Amino acid sequence: MQVAIFPPNSMILADMIQRKGHTPLVVQHQMKNKVTSAEIDAPPFNITEEGPIEGLKYAAIEVPSGVRGRMSLFGPLIEAAEAAIIMENAPYGFGCVGCHRSSELTVFSLRRKDIPILELEYPTSRDETIEMVYKINTFLDKLNGDEDDD
Amino acid sequence: MIKIAQLSCGTEYSGIQKEINKAAETFGAEMVLPDVNLDEIDEAYEKFGLGCASSSLKLMIARAMSLVEGKNEADAVFICTCFRCAEAAIARNEVRRLIQNNTDLPVVTYSFTEKTKASELYIRMEALTTVVARKSILAREKQEGLTLGIDSGSTTTKVALMENNEVIGTGWVPTGDILGCARDGINQALEGTGYKYEDIEAVGTTGYGRITIGKELHAKLIQEELSVNSKGAVFLADAQKGEATVLDIGGMDNKVITVNNGIPDNFTMGGICAGASGRFLDMTSGRLGCDITELGPLARQGNYKNATLNSYCIVFGIQDLVTSLAGGAKRSDVASAACYSVAEQVYEQQLQEIDVREPLIQVGGTSLIGGLVDAVQDILGGIDIIVPEYSQFIGAVGAALLVSGLKDTDVDDSLKF
Repeated sequence: MQVAIFPPNSMILADMIQRKGHTPLVVQHQMKNKVTSAEIDAPPFNITEEGPIEGLKYAAIEVPSGVRGRMSLFGPLIEAAEAAIIMENAPYGFGCVGCHRSSELTVFSLRRKDIPILELEYPTSRDETIEMVYKINTFLDKLNGDEDDD
Repeated sequence: MIKIAQLSCGTEYSGIQKEINKAAETFGAEMVLPDVNLDEIDEAYEKFGLGCASSSLKLMIARAMSLVEGKNEADAVFICTCFRCAEAAIARNEVRRLIQNNTDLPVVTYSFTEKTKASELYIRMEALTTVVARKSILAREKQEGLTLGIDSGSTTTKVALMENNEVIGTGWVPTGDILGCARDGINQALEGTGYKYEDIEAVGTTGYGRITIGKELHAKLIQEELSVNSKGAVFLADAQKGEATVLDIGGMDNKVITVNNGIPDNFTMGGICAGASGRFLDMTSGRLGCDITELGPLARQGNYKNATLNSYCIVFGIQDLVTSLAGGAKRSDVASAACYSVAEQVYEQQLQEIDVREPLIQVGGTSLIGGLVDAVQDILGGIDIIVPEYSQFIGAVGAALLVSGLKDTDVDDSLKF
């Protein structure tokens, strides 16, 4: 299954999804396509004026260009998502969008879809971390139809 | 090379980072991102005290704090965030204040869209590099000797002859042939002073035609109009210390410049619609059958509320004006409405983008239209507005003032171009 994550660049969440045989929908894939494109030369991300214009599909013209530029990357991931894991209040190192408005719109867009979603708070203790890993793995197993394997 | 620290949010995702770099490189500067450790971000923004939800704004604050604390070095600061982001607008202004209150670094702020191109940033980057490279020149508060300033504007060419901190002659010529107008303006300025052109110790030029005229006249100072105009404005308004805002509603474009101790730190330039320019008032006076110099007093006799004039476009604005007159509105009411319309548009399109600081110094030819000054004051809630003597000559006066600091030096800008 194609599983969207929030933050959309969290390598830990992506790794856990991959280990369970699913496909993580991460923004790094979108970025790779951009930065390896020979036709564009707009470092660092090779996003040009066209990015925020493409983002108009997800956010209106009065929404700041930075939000629309991000949504041009996140939007296709949300559209492709068959399931999602949302981690709230994660520190920068876990994954970061940079713009709170973009975060709100991304999470809202995922919630609005009729797909299985696991919502979690970032753990602050060892016990909470073990609990979080257990919840994620259970969620991913259920997506595989492996609910009874536990 | 001049290092400009970039404090920003959203430039990469808006697709304008390349444009920023290009604009800086054009004026011999490079953009640098102050280094900040990940674990220093929370500490820095908590110390600063502004609780932003967006992590890029927290990073922007941390980078600003690192400059203030001397952990990173730069010659100037460029602060920019997305247009229409309220959180970013608050952070941008507060970070600007932080830098200005705690360092001597020149700062320019900007709110961008994905349409922002390097060319729109040129004048800002040029002004930033000018402020860095010519700080000693811009710090000049007194004019010395006999110097001449020429402001070659899009509509008129202004000339000011100064001697020992006083304006002793002026010239005002509608711009046509750039060099011919400059010569006519110089002759006007010299007239009655007893001086000949050869007596002038140094010439400074600014405005659209500055390079052409500067090369021809071997001007020692050839400088963009933002720093020159702001210098001329605070000099004439006797507001060289502290903060002020300079408003120039021009014939073709409008400039709003905020200054700190006589040095520009932020500005907006408009020019989207001629309905918000001096050109509209010029056309209005033509329709009302009066000279432009009579428009201000006429407007002061009227009440803008009695005439409908709310189109942004110059064409539809004139159509509104004709309709109002046909509907029986008094000429004075229409004149007042025209002034109010221009002031309202300048407010909505430009003044809201900038942190207006008192006093507001209104300059340029349109500052002589009293009805317009009244309208700006009314729209801004009755703030203190100064219209200094020679307000239409600020660029020329600024150039004459600044070049007096170069008259005994080897600096010769005419050799640069």
